[in-house]
Amino acid sequence: MKARVTVTLKNGVLDPQGKAIEGALGALGFGGIGGVRQGKVFDIELSDRDAAKAREEIAAMCEKLLANTVIENYAIEIL
Amino acid sequence: MKSAVILCPGLNRDRDMLYALETITGSKPATVWHTDTDIPDVDLIVIPGGFSYGDYLRCGAIAARSPVLQTVIERAAKGVHVLGVCNGFQILTEAGLLPGALMRNAGLKFICKEVQLKTVNARTAFSNAFKEGEVWRCPIAHHDGNYFADAETLKAIEDNGQVVFRYADGQNPNGSLNDIAGIVNAKGNVLGMMPHPENLIEDLQGGSDGRKLFESLVGQLVA
Repeated sequence: MKARVTVTLKNGVLDPQGKAIEGALGALGFGGIGGVRQGKVFDIELSDRDAAKAREEIAAMCEKLLANTVIENYAIEIL
Repeated sequence: MKSAVILCPGLNRDRDMLYALETITGSKPATVWHTDTDIPDVDLIVIPGGFSYGDYLRCGAIAARSPVLQTVIERAAKGVHVLGVCNGFQILTEAGLLPGALMRNAGLKFICKEVQLKTVNARTAFSNAFKEGEVWRCPIAHHDGNYFADAETLKAIEDNGQVVFRYADGQNPNGSLNDIAGIVNAKGNVLGMMPHPENLIEDLQGGSDGRKLFESLVGQLVA
């Protein structure tokens, strides 16, 4: 079983890297960009198990390590 | 005053910290490797600066989950004083010992220079040798020193007097909220700060303003 975790900055948290990327895209001539926020993706392979249980365990991984919930949100996808 | 310095792979300011502690406290600090869970019985535990575990995932994130940090968390709960400088501050926030988080500098660049700090709470064990409002020189060297906390947390630490050091007026180098350079926990026994007081303790380094932080601890914790 494979899962994908996406970690993104919470709304209201300044993202200077996203701002720099937004500026660079503008410099390349891409118009109409309302904003860019940078995040992280983790692809996790799990030994076969129940999807609900896997989701629960990955949520614990996010809370304990993969995301810093002071500044980040996370989303879990079972692939 | 007895002290111990935590060593993790990738930390690189440990020798500066060991030298400062030995010079100012007069006794040689113990060193504790990250895989150890036993820390000697000391008055002060210090987590120095550097790039623990390559700053993979987030600065300080992996070190905050290392075996030795679980013992640091236990000792802090028992009232032992803990100081984290630079990566040490990042590790303490990641470990949940201090509120908030340290994010990428607002200007995106690594900054290595001297700044002025203002001591805004001189009543802590880490700052009592300073005068309230005292402005002093201190080097900084970091890429991720941009202090962030949500509005509620920020208000709480301001109201509790947990902000100990701010960047002096107009000198905020990294975008930190409220110019925050160093904070303590609610109990006042854990301090984290981005600047490096251990790198300005004698004339050879161009000044000794940083000594006062260590002298505060010596005055407070002398056994």
